[in-house]
Amino acid sequence: MGKILMKGNEAIGAAAIKAGCKYFFGYPITPQNELPEYMSRELPKVDGVFLQAESEVAAINMVYGAAGSGARVMTSSSSPGIALKQEGISYIAGAELPCVIVNIVRGGPGLGGIQPAQSDYYQATRGGGNGDYRHVVYAPSTLQETVDLVMEAFDVADQYRIPVMVIGDGMIGQMMEPVEFKEPKQRDIKPKDWATDGTKGERDPNIINSLFIDPQELEDHVFKLEKKHEIIKQNETRYEAYNVEDADVVAVAYGTTSRVVKNAIAKCEEEGIKVGLIRPITLWPFPDEAFEKISDKTKGILTVEMSTGQMIDDVKIAINGRVPVHFHGRTGGMVPNPNDIVEEIKKIAGGENNG
Amino acid sequence: MAKVFERTNGLTTKPFHYCPGCTHGIIHRIVGEVLEELGVLGKAIGVAPVGCSVFAYDYFNCDMHEAAHGRAPAVATGIKRVHPDSVVFTYQGDGDLASIGTAEIVHAAHRGEKITTIFVNNAIYGMTGGQMAPTTLIGQKATTAPYGRDEDHAGKPLKVAEMLSTIDGAKFVERVSVHNPANIRKAKKAIKKAFEVQLSGEGFGIVEVLSTCPTNWGKTPTESLKWLEENMIPYYPLGNFRTPEEVE
Repeated sequence: MGKILMKGNEAIGAAAIKAGCKYFFGYPITPQNELPEYMSRELPKVDGVFLQAESEVAAINMVYGAAGSGARVMTSSSSPGIALKQEGISYIAGAELPCVIVNIVRGGPGLGGIQPAQSDYYQATRGGGNGDYRHVVYAPSTLQETVDLVMEAFDVADQYRIPVMVIGDGMIGQMMEPVEFKEPKQRDIKPKDWATDGTKGERDPNIINSLFIDPQELEDHVFKLEKKHEIIKQNETRYEAYNVEDADVVAVAYGTTSRVVKNAIAKCEEEGIKVGLIRPITLWPFPDEAFEKISDKTKGILTVEMSTGQMIDDVKIAINGRVPVHFHGRTGGMVPNPNDIVEEIKKIAGGENNG
Repeated sequence: MAKVFERTNGLTTKPFHYCPGCTHGIIHRIVGEVLEELGVLGKAIGVAPVGCSVFAYDYFNCDMHEAAHGRAPAVATGIKRVHPDSVVFTYQGDGDLASIGTAEIVHAAHRGEKITTIFVNNAIYGMTGGQMAPTTLIGQKATTAPYGRDEDHAGKPLKVAEMLSTIDGAKFVERVSVHNPANIRKAKKAIKKAFEVQLSGEGFGIVEVLSTCPTNWGKTPTESLKWLEENMIPYYPLGNFRTPEEVE
């Protein structure tokens, strides 16, 4: 199959259906509406179900029920809507169920705006819901990468029995690019013999649950989840990195912002400044290992985000004080300008502002 | 000697945790018996709530899915849409269904979701320690209504069966009580009909069951049964609000 020109939100829907997603529960919010609209058109054609819930809260709990009964299921929303879904995401993680959640991020806090933003980084990577839980977070930067990751997200969710979030911003959701649907790599996915799909009188009842009243049982459960998180860190961490070892400055950016940063890096190279790039593809697990390759002689790291600085915390943890970390961010729906990034890189390369 | 009474296979052998005199046990038993008599245990999937009946997943002898406070109808919707041939039920208390989960129950009914809801109304929050519920009666004391529920302050108690019976998608709505054997028999009949409405594909069915809470009402079990009869039934009249013709 060749390449097709598609709009981001619709490409996500198409990728999900190709990955075997049969159920979608959602609630309208800008700028992701083309995705549920696409699912409402296309899912009935494959004997699937699209249902518009009465709220984001209901939608994620429908996902919880569908995931628990063994289905491949997805929901999508945008920032304030994802905030409402956090309760359910915590339950889904606690009950170890697989599902895919798409967040087409817009500016916040509160109602914020409808333009692209990356200000949900904390919410996505720290868990907006309660408790000690994690979930995989993919942050694609092109539509091709988006469809690849959405398709793989369903397999990763099933393999580890964990919610997987795909974060795009308004730009990813709204722009058009050519995409090609490829088969994801084969994974070790076990049958869902834990699902609540009726005993048929042939087995003991299955229970989907996240309640552990006995503190020792809860601690055991949380440590079991943590062990799983460690395996995911080892196996599923993804990033793009180049020229990190001998760079004057290393830029760190993800998603749409990384595309702008790449333009800025090209301009810097024309002027003889060597700039490396680390682009996290998984925001959780964060690619700490990429930062180990940064030389102590590097003048500094520049983290660029469409927020007031959220991923910078993970960058600082990863570099652990070896190299100064600087920040350039726009927010409110503003996309960073490559020239501004070039200026910041020059300052760092020239030794300014290195305290 | 002929066996005249035995444990229903609709329940597991796990002992209930309920307080002495609480009628959850009776209601559990009715639901278990009905699932067994209808021969649907193998395709039943129950959704347990938050509150006193939070451990319902340990008691029903079928697949069970625990839900967050109030969200059971949404979880049940997800299950039923994936397995349309299964028999899906939610078991919810008044705090769960009539307060934090009002939106979910109204919209599950509104969509005509083909599920059955057992709604246990004891006019108080039990598990959290006796706070006021939307169903707490006027003048009834609760830990967050220490002077008794005042209509001007907290409004009148919510009549869930009446409210849901105004929704077209709710095909079976009945209020029953379990304060004496005659009413227990009526309760079982209603719960069975509600499941039959689901099995025939008619739509949403709910049975509101008036229940006791001796612990938080501060009464003995027998006083509680009497209080239910004398105080709850006059405000929450028993009877059928909606039934599809085929089931009548």
